Amino acid sequence: MSHSRSVIVEREFPYPPEKIWRALTEPHLIEEWLMRNDFKPVVGQRFNLRGDWGGVLDCEVLQIEAHKSLSYTWNFQHDDAAFNLQSVVTFTLTPTSAGTRLRMEQAGFHPDQKQAYGGARAGWEQFFTKLEQVLARPE
Amino acid sequence: MPSAHDEVFRTLADSTRRALFERLCQEGAQTVGELTAQSGVSQPAVSKHLALLKHAGLVRGRPEGRHTRYRAEVKALAPLIGWAHQMTRFWNGRFDDLEDLLKRMDQ
Repeated sequence: MSHSRSVIVEREFPYPPEKIWRALTEPHLIEEWLMRNDFKPVVGQRFNLRGDWGGVLDCEVLQIEAHKSLSYTWNFQHDDAAFNLQSVVTFTLTPTSAGTRLRMEQAGFHPDQKQAYGGARAGWEQFFTKLEQVLARPE
Repeated sequence: MPSAHDEVFRTLADSTRRALFERLCQEGAQTVGELTAQSGVSQPAVSKHLALLKHAGLVRGRPEGRHTRYRAEVKALAPLIGWAHQMTRFWNGRFDDLEDLLKRMDQ
């Protein structure tokens, strides 16, 4: 199920899913486009992504289907609550006539957001849907 | 240290306040009396909720004669929208690097 509060980035690459899958799941390749890591393609496996800025993300593999989809948690702990983030990143690969469409969806909430969200799940989703409509309107 | 972020979320976590805020967003500025008429809560309760919305910067009051009209400050939600924009920029940058990597993997 998808939340209104998520980031989606999609791009089509002129390569087969198998090749993109390697870039998503082999640590030395992940490092080249994303971050340094100790990723292992096993459900339940915990790993870290380490950014050049010194930040460390706590991750856990949630779901994996070779050449099709991969999802893991993407959590960032910070002393300042404003920077805390708990989210889930899901990559989906779909073969196309020209190659593969890669879709990244990151659904997330700050801890306080999550707490609030848990109390009124349906309310929040409706709220953000409406909010998006409001923001889309010219002033 | 609680951020402005947290306060916006805490304030909107209450369904009555969220409903009031939504109505102000959708129907435009209103007085406490007008808001009370349709809300199913007492006028003092509406006033209390409005005070909290105001404190979070989500609502602004403008005196009009003996009454105050309240309007939604949609801009106060910018920090929440900001998270999504930042991450979209981040992932677009990563996808650029992924594209470069895939090219190199060809060779």
